[in-house]
Amino acid sequence: MGCTAADVVAAVRAAAAVVQDHRDELVRLDQAIGDADHGENMKRGFTAVLSRLDTEPPDTPGKVLKLVATTLISTVGGAAGPLYGTAFLRASAAVGDAAELDRDTVARALQAALEGVFARGKAVVGDKTMVDALTPAVTAAASAEGTVAATLSAAADAAEEGASSTVPMVARKGRASYLGERSAGHMDPGARSTALLLRAFADAAAKA
Amino acid sequence: MKKIINDPETVVQDALRGMQAAHSDLLTVHYDPAVVVRADAPVRGKVAIISGGGSGHEPLHGGFVGRGMLDAACPGPVFTSPTSDQVVDAVSRTDGGAGALLIVKNYTGDVLNFEMAAELAESEVRSVVIDDDVAVKDSLYTAGRRGVGGTVLLEKIVGAAAERGADLAACEALSLRVIASVRSMGLALTACTVPHVGSPSFELADDEMELGVGIHGEPGRQKVHAGTAAEMVSALLEPILEDLPFASGDRVLLFTNGMGGTPLLELYLAHGIAEQLLADRGITVERRLVGPYITSLEMQGMSLTLLRLDDEMVELWDAPVHTPALRWGV
Repeated sequence: MGCTAADVVAAVRAAAAVVQDHRDELVRLDQAIGDADHGENMKRGFTAVLSRLDTEPPDTPGKVLKLVATTLISTVGGAAGPLYGTAFLRASAAVGDAAELDRDTVARALQAALEGVFARGKAVVGDKTMVDALTPAVTAAASAEGTVAATLSAAADAAEEGASSTVPMVARKGRASYLGERSAGHMDPGARSTALLLRAFADAAAKA
Repeated sequence: MKKIINDPETVVQDALRGMQAAHSDLLTVHYDPAVVVRADAPVRGKVAIISGGGSGHEPLHGGFVGRGMLDAACPGPVFTSPTSDQVVDAVSRTDGGAGALLIVKNYTGDVLNFEMAAELAESEVRSVVIDDDVAVKDSLYTAGRRGVGGTVLLEKIVGAAAERGADLAACEALSLRVIASVRSMGLALTACTVPHVGSPSFELADDEMELGVGIHGEPGRQKVHAGTAAEMVSALLEPILEDLPFASGDRVLLFTNGMGGTPLLELYLAHGIAEQLLADRGITVERRLVGPYITSLEMQGMSLTLLRLDDEMVELWDAPVHTPALRWGV
């Protein structure tokens, strides 16, 4: 059985709650190596997503993802707005008009999201960005077997490991790159938020 | 945190209301999305000059909206780039049929959002990215140099060119010439506190300064001992001079900028030292600007910007400008 639009809405709501809960943590991570706005920007974006889900509930999974994309693009700002916006937009295009998402579609959507992030941000693995969390997540999702929940859970595990791997890295993209060697020793906030979102999606899928 | 604010969530919007009240003869503020637009926009047949960026750098950019400078400014949240729909809205409100030039400071968020806006806008749009901060190594391993003090000079000069009828290609070419000729560096004596964070953005001991600091409370190149004003000015000027490099015989504009929390008394003191150091090297300071024009909230500190001038740039610098923050010749 796949995920319906209502399941995807529930997953997005769960993600919004996680972003809210971890706002201060993301601010602190960004304060260490960036400009201390990531937690606040993500919270603002997902708060706007929640209010749009209330007023104009979409009827397919693809439309839910598109609503998330356009809302994040117009409310988040910073680098995260265009990057997450592009990721959700590409994921939305990848799932098309499907009424339900199965395991393969979810893996394909994650792959499309990653390609969008590559195209927009031009970062590669090792640059200390969200790419370091999303890339292993996509690989794990592609080889996972079983349900949508199992696929997302594998992706979330890999993303968390990927986020941890950014701690010793020296940043080569974004504002943290200005610090050079001083950026080592801190987790990248974008990689952390990517892992948080995927974990929220996985937990929501397990409940669906 | 002690600040003159009601609520960190609405600080930018609340400040924009005050700005509208103070300068309604020069500009109109739109709130959803947030865009500060020149009062007589769109100006028929004139290239629209548009900039934007995070708030917290006032008077940049909204304070430079008006005749002879910017047609519109897009204020993001504090230290966060504006979104692409703000920029698209600014373009549609100001394009007088000659297209729009977007002036983008080189930060990943600003570049990405302005890039999306340029793709979405229905007018003819060109973008230039300013990256004048010599404190950051420009290499494959960084996001490139930041846009700092040179932005103010660029907006004034290209704004004057557009006002006298330069077309989009000419405005773009002039911008690239200014960007190629301008270099800056800053230092901080204290950190600033971002309203939604509530605590200072970095730690500095009493006798330390952050050299090569940016304008977002981000740490700089290194923490060093804060010495005398002469040592501070020299620590900023030497890397700037070496970088372009500036040489004996050059004519320059010297811009001594305050970061928000440093009094003019100290800025003038520093400016005087910088003038003397340049004179000693045979560099002629032909134009100058002193004051807090691109700030980092209440941060104490300063930056120096040097622009190598040619006759056209001098003429455009002297041209009339009528904005909240810069006003002469009117």
